[in-house]
Amino acid sequence: MKIYENTGNKDTRSGFGDGLTELGQTNKDVVALCADLTGSLKMNAFANNHPDRFFQVGIAEANMMGMAAGMTIGGKIPFTGTFANFSTGRVYDQIRQSIAYSDKNVKICASHSGLTLGEDGATHQILEDIGLMKMLPGMTVINTCDYNQTKAATLAIANLHGPVYLRFGRPKVANFTPENGTFEIGKAVLLQEGTDVTIVATGHLVWEALEAAKALNEKGISAEVINIHTIKPLDEEAIIKSVQKTGCIVTAEEHNYLGGLGESVARTLALHHPTAQEFVATNDTFGESGTPAQLLEKYGLNAENIALKAEKVIKRK
Amino acid sequence: MADTQHLKYLVTQVRRDIVRQVHAVSSGHPGGSLGCTEFLVTLYNEVMDHDPSFQMDGVNEDLFFLSNGHISPVFYSVLARAGYFPVEELSTFRKLNTRLQGHPTTHEDLPGVRIASGSLGQGMSVAIGAAATKKLNGDDKMVYTLHGDGELQEGQIWEAAMYAAANKVDNLIATVDVNGQQIDGSTDQVLALGDLSNKFKAFGWDVVTIEKGNDVDAIIDGINDAKTLSGKEKPVCILLHTEMGNGVDFMMGSHAWHGIAPNDEQLADALSQNPETLGDY
Repeated sequence: MKIYENTGNKDTRSGFGDGLTELGQTNKDVVALCADLTGSLKMNAFANNHPDRFFQVGIAEANMMGMAAGMTIGGKIPFTGTFANFSTGRVYDQIRQSIAYSDKNVKICASHSGLTLGEDGATHQILEDIGLMKMLPGMTVINTCDYNQTKAATLAIANLHGPVYLRFGRPKVANFTPENGTFEIGKAVLLQEGTDVTIVATGHLVWEALEAAKALNEKGISAEVINIHTIKPLDEEAIIKSVQKTGCIVTAEEHNYLGGLGESVARTLALHHPTAQEFVATNDTFGESGTPAQLLEKYGLNAENIALKAEKVIKRK
Repeated sequence: MADTQHLKYLVTQVRRDIVRQVHAVSSGHPGGSLGCTEFLVTLYNEVMDHDPSFQMDGVNEDLFFLSNGHISPVFYSVLARAGYFPVEELSTFRKLNTRLQGHPTTHEDLPGVRIASGSLGQGMSVAIGAAATKKLNGDDKMVYTLHGDGELQEGQIWEAAMYAAANKVDNLIATVDVNGQQIDGSTDQVLALGDLSNKFKAFGWDVVTIEKGNDVDAIIDGINDAKTLSGKEKPVCILLHTEMGNGVDFMMGSHAWHGIAPNDEQLADALSQNPETLGDY
């Protein structure tokens, strides 16, 4: 069994901030817009290094999305930064018309997604954003798992022409993917080979999936773990290939089961390889206040529940 | 002195294009289109420095964004007659597989369109972004927008207006079509806009009012005034007072023709009031 080392807890949003800082030096066309959350999004370094290319728009997210769309006309690559809720639900129509339908090269970068935003509670904990964004034609949807991967993804999306939703979070979590690793948009990452069950996870739940695989291994169950950082376009081939071997699958995400990764996987399998599936996701509910760890436990978004669902789905084979 | 006779011929021909487009598909928005015909004809043929061979990036060109996308019939006609695409293509307006969608889009690669619009209130933000990019690129051309007055009921407009003034976006001239009408009635009946001139001034804009917004000479003077005010650390707003349905007598004076098409008889009447000048499509 492959052992992954946590090189020290770090927040994914800092991966974004550090990636953006690097882009500031390497790509003169990159501009950044922020709606009064520069510190939270870790955009200070970019703002300080490139004041002419940083646009503080105030608490006006709709205007920010429209401006970002307009800035592409003339060749800029705008990165918008605010919380996931204000990056999607609040501005859905602006993204739909001015960015997605208008084919604009805007990178919508969203922190504080999901329950792990914590104590601020349900008003800020969006669990519907993956669904909102993946339904938009032409939108690439990425949810990264740790600091290193978020930094790599930030660099990679600057080179992809077209609208992107990049989702990351607030808490410090295990950092275990390679430093300065390559990020292939749309390409699943096989983390653990196994034969009894496939676990595909995205975002913060990738580390939990690895922990679950360890626990299952101690029980004599061999779990294959795949990191799906790109939810759209989905690496269908990697998923189908894995379930052809294991015969069952668990999907894990910090998102509502409606509209999330699990539904995309279910569609793929229904079309190509019908397979028993269990979902680790929130159950059509809003979140609430609490620490990230408490919330993940209460809503069943942790290694323990992934392992339980794995055992359950194996019985359904 | 501008060749306003040619502009007036164009205005008459564009009016014909508008009513013929909407008549052919029994749908579309003739009222606001007719009200803004003189303005858009003047902007594209007398004011803007633009290239009909069309590059999306519009570097070293003046740019125009139509924020009230429902007046697509006038936009399409003006673009076609400025050479962006063949005028014959106006006959495809709103038909299946057309580039001339009900509301303008970039999605079908129609030359001249740089942003989709239709859902209201978004064009000023887009224009501010484009204006910011022009400044970053050292491009000293202008960015123009057109908005409906009813559209100002959308909150995003005022987010954008606040931003533009606070950040000295002075390469932007935003025009509001003040026709006092919207779908459900007059703007006063639906949601009164109050004193627009003082609202924009309070937001930090310079304001130019064109009282005769259907008069080509008045429009030229007004836009020239606005251009004189540009580049002075303030965005500029033109309040363009127009008559919805202008040039077709039975479409004027009410909101009734905001979004309905003339029947055969009404079309004939409208065309008789606007004799062919430059050739129908």
